[in-house]
Amino acid sequence: MSFFFQLLINGISLGFLYGLSAMGFVMIFKSSSVLNFAHGELIALGAFFFLALVTWAQLPIAIAFLVTLAGCFALGFLIERIFLRPLIGEPLIYVIMLTVGLAAMFKGLMLLIWGGNLQTYPDFLPGFLTLQWDILNIPPAYSAALILGVTFLTVFGLFFKYSPQGIFMRSVADNQKAALSLGVHVQRVFALSWAIAALVAGMSGVVLGIINGINVHDLSSIGLKVFPVVILGGLDSLSGAIIGGLIIGLLETFTGGYLDPSLRDVIPYLVLVLILMVRPYGLFGLVEIERV
Amino acid sequence: MSGSTILEVNNISVVYSDVIQVLKGVSLMVERHSIVSLLGSNGAGKTTTLKAISGLLKPENGRVTDGMIIYHDEPIHNQVPEVITRRGIIQVLEGRQPFKYLTVEENLIVGTAIRWGKPYKKDLELIYHYFPALLERRKILAGYCSGGELQMLVMGRALMAKPELLLLDEPSLGLAPMVVDEIFQIIRKINEEQKTSILLVEQNANMALHISHYGYVMENGKIVMEGPARSIVENPDIREFYLGMSASGQSKSYKDVKSYRRRKRWL
Repeated sequence: MSFFFQLLINGISLGFLYGLSAMGFVMIFKSSSVLNFAHGELIALGAFFFLALVTWAQLPIAIAFLVTLAGCFALGFLIERIFLRPLIGEPLIYVIMLTVGLAAMFKGLMLLIWGGNLQTYPDFLPGFLTLQWDILNIPPAYSAALILGVTFLTVFGLFFKYSPQGIFMRSVADNQKAALSLGVHVQRVFALSWAIAALVAGMSGVVLGIINGINVHDLSSIGLKVFPVVILGGLDSLSGAIIGGLIIGLLETFTGGYLDPSLRDVIPYLVLVLILMVRPYGLFGLVEIERV
Repeated sequence: MSGSTILEVNNISVVYSDVIQVLKGVSLMVERHSIVSLLGSNGAGKTTTLKAISGLLKPENGRVTDGMIIYHDEPIHNQVPEVITRRGIIQVLEGRQPFKYLTVEENLIVGTAIRWGKPYKKDLELIYHYFPALLERRKILAGYCSGGELQMLVMGRALMAKPELLLLDEPSLGLAPMVVDEIFQIIRKINEEQKTSILLVEQNANMALHISHYGYVMENGKIVMEGPARSIVENPDIREFYLGMSASGQSKSYKDVKSYRRRKRWL
């Protein structure tokens, strides 16, 4: 039974990380209908940026983490400014192809700087994060993932629900033309959604790096995993992304634990196919409000 | 430009995608604190005129190729909507266009985007004063509101921006006559109490002219007639073709086949 709970906790922590990075993906999709194929690379960039700050710059952990978040935020902002803004008004497929190009560029850049080997962070998580009840033992990286996941979700939930800027962002996602007619800075909203997406991606990259080690290929392939998560949750639902993430995370750890570790990358996609057959718009996709 | 004129559209041409010419020299003026209505049949170019003023042509790949739009003595044509809205011109789009997945109150809050960060509680109260129906529904998703409520919502949303000039595009579209009446009474009230100048595009010529001070009639991308609202109402051609009356003032009958022949273009 304790094995079950162990897997449950691991699955939930992993799920929160998937959900968070998927949330960034959904935000970009919602505000500008762009599928961001460079999302996995943003995750990896966050992890490597943190690695550089911790090992090369020797910054204290807390400061390094904050600088990583700020750096990712700025990076997202710059990507929108430099690469995407010139393409506003062009067909969407150009923009999506651009993100594929960005993915290749970032990946090459990271391979060039850090190489393709597995690297690890120095052990820095404080001991009190190791939670222990009876025989249940939660490694510190997983409890850190849980804490960060819940914190970020609450912060973004409140931001979108109550802050004016969050409401403006939702209004652009809802009806861009109407938002424009009221003077909402639509381009600023796009930039902000890229910045927030890069921030949550980078943050989940750091925690995934703590859990699995840091490797360009492994981390950027998480970007692929974002697809089953968001399609499962519904491409346009932020809370759906989180729940989709939790489902995929749990499925992965349970298949890995009970069936076969080599199946853990397959089962989520199988479930995805099954769910899409029943609910083609995802579990939480917006059901169009239709006036009849 | 005289001191009481707030907006002057001076002989503008509008071209979409560099090839499709929609407006061929439209001129009109809006006096401070007045209601001006712009009438015409479908495809005459009324909505395009409004979009040229509000800057919303740009995202649709349209452009003012000729002429000037002067607002408070400064040219504003071909500016982006972010700039024009901040100068006090807000357009209420045709077909209502609410934010369906935002609540009524959140919709209103989006109206404060041009003065982001300033308090808006007072303005919300004012909107609920003009549109009490919205107060009851403030927590409801806009997508579930009725057509009349939505029209009030989008007008309220625009008023939250405290516009000096409000561009209204067919507020009566698809609404029951009773509701249309109510909406027009509110438009008049807003004009009188908030001193908002209003440029009103309408198919419902009778209603529009009833509350307007001045009117223009458009056809095929040109202004074909203008004058004080009263004189337009009394014009025999307008009475016949827009108000559905025969020249003598009685309702027109289909027996009177000749009326077809009298249909003419001004240009």
